[in-house]
Amino acid sequence: MVVRRVAGAAVLFWLVVTLVFALVRLAPGDPTVFLVPPSATPVEVERLRANLGLDRPVAVQYARWAAALLRGDMGESFALRQTVSRALADAAPISIGLGLASLLLTFAIGVPLGLLQASTRGRATDRATTVVTAAVFAAPTFWLALALVAVFTYGAATLGLPSALRLPALGIHTPGLSLSGWTAAADVARHAILPVVTLTAIGAAGVARYARHNFVDLLELDFVRAARARGASRSRVLARHVTANALPGLVVLFALTLPGVVAGSVFVESVFAWPGLGRLTLSAIAARDYPVVLGASIWYAAAVILANLAADLALPLLDPRQRQVTR
Amino acid sequence: MKYVRFWRGLDRATQASIAALVLLTVGAVLVPAVASHDPIAIGDVITRRLLPPLSRDPAGALHVLGTDRFGRDLFVRMMLAGRLSLAVGIVGSVLAAAAGSAIGAVAGWRGGIIDRVAMAAADTMLAVPRLVLLLVCAALWQPGITTVVVVLAATGWMGVARMIRAEVAAARVRPYVEAARALGVPGGRALWRHVLPNAIGPAIVATTLGVGSAVMLESGLSFLGLGIQPPAPSWGNMIASGRDVIVSAPWVALAPGLALIVTVVAATLLGDAWRDRIAGDVPVVASRGLSERA
Repeated sequence: MVVRRVAGAAVLFWLVVTLVFALVRLAPGDPTVFLVPPSATPVEVERLRANLGLDRPVAVQYARWAAALLRGDMGESFALRQTVSRALADAAPISIGLGLASLLLTFAIGVPLGLLQASTRGRATDRATTVVTAAVFAAPTFWLALALVAVFTYGAATLGLPSALRLPALGIHTPGLSLSGWTAAADVARHAILPVVTLTAIGAAGVARYARHNFVDLLELDFVRAARARGASRSRVLARHVTANALPGLVVLFALTLPGVVAGSVFVESVFAWPGLGRLTLSAIAARDYPVVLGASIWYAAAVILANLAADLALPLLDPRQRQVTR
Repeated sequence: MKYVRFWRGLDRATQASIAALVLLTVGAVLVPAVASHDPIAIGDVITRRLLPPLSRDPAGALHVLGTDRFGRDLFVRMMLAGRLSLAVGIVGSVLAAAAGSAIGAVAGWRGGIIDRVAMAAADTMLAVPRLVLLLVCAALWQPGITTVVVVLAATGWMGVARMIRAEVAAARVRPYVEAARALGVPGGRALWRHVLPNAIGPAIVATTLGVGSAVMLESGLSFLGLGIQPPAPSWGNMIASGRDVIVSAPWVALAPGLALIVTVVAATLLGDAWRDRIAGDVPVVASRGLSERA
């Protein structure tokens, strides 16, 4: 059972890798145009193409690249003068930190919010919070990010915010200062507040939307009424009976939220000028830096496939009904 | 009379959503045509640029949402941008749903190797966040309106395909289909006339919800410079053009987002209402759910 799931995920991963390779290599456009000075002769361009392996048939390129990938070698970036693994490894911690912090806060806020909405269904609390979550979830990530930047730059200047409330709106650390140790970490943390708030607000709004639906269905089931009839208090029913039954749904929701955080981080890193994977991908796309585009896409796909696999494997542990009887 | 009764039967949120979408569409068609401000031409830049919302220029004309750095009225531009953004979102979503329905119907009806290949393709594409797929596709081909529409359709068919496949595969073995086949109805006709009408409800819900996603994703691509190119205005590239004055004139970037948010909320509420109407057997998480956004 577990072996089958893992094998399925591995096959899926390989299909994704092949798909992205095909998309990137079959597209028109020549990356060497961006790498040579305008004065270069055709002979020099050809030599560069040969160096990069672009003069071979696509099938040969795929075979070579796939063989290298199996050894963990994703090749050399065309534009950055470093290996793809190096470029990804430099950018990944920033995106992972941003993503994990937002993901944790997303669930810590979104799930209780959904539960609150479901338990006050149809009343003023539910209606007011539902309007807010619908509007926040409808706002594009980059718009919300720009709105926060505006509040802490233009807004701080016109409203005269007290200095304690003035947050740095752009960048990952204060330029020009050479900080070290804890002060440097605190500086980065202050710069992280607005990006994390942006991702968390949208994530929590989305999670609340699905969690509310999930909880509303659960609250109508017989065992809830039975528990109430036996004299269990409202809060005990919610905490013990409803939440335990909602867990499997939340695990699936986690697997679904992860790609959303990935997409959001592309925009957040772009607006707030954070040098993570999203920015790396965008600049690689602009420069037709095929190896980096491929590497970043593979990274994203691997994260999604692993999250889905983890959810698949966790479900039977959390929900006895999903356990299959093995003979 | 029938329509009045239908309208009264709707709840307030649905009524508001329909009204908002109709208003935005009418505004997008009419406002740029009748407005005295030219949304594209660059006029008296020195006296008119970056006026805040609700201010008047020296000629006495009112600018409800202010002006951009070329002195163009942001409200009129936002409405002009709505033409492209709404059209691209609706066409992209409808094309994606049509492609998904066709693939899902054939896969569910024929079964076997076609079914397995189609579903493997869908699973493969679902494993990459849609934005990453969109970025790769949009960046590799010449940016423009056609590219955006094609790419939205090419990356949005999988959810609908899986739903329709499940519906068709279930309907195929129902007695009414067997009865039709026994009466000599050919396979293609049985699929088209008897099976698909019973499976199409979820596809309509997905299309309605998909309009919101498509509008948002288009704006995201245009924001990154990979979608609709200036001078043709779209909500996304208008927001992008306000990015470098966000510190001094934030309304330039933020105003166009209001129309976008209203559109997405309205499309989502309409999709939800529609789902509740058709007995609610459409899964809430019809596709990649939370990643279908920008």
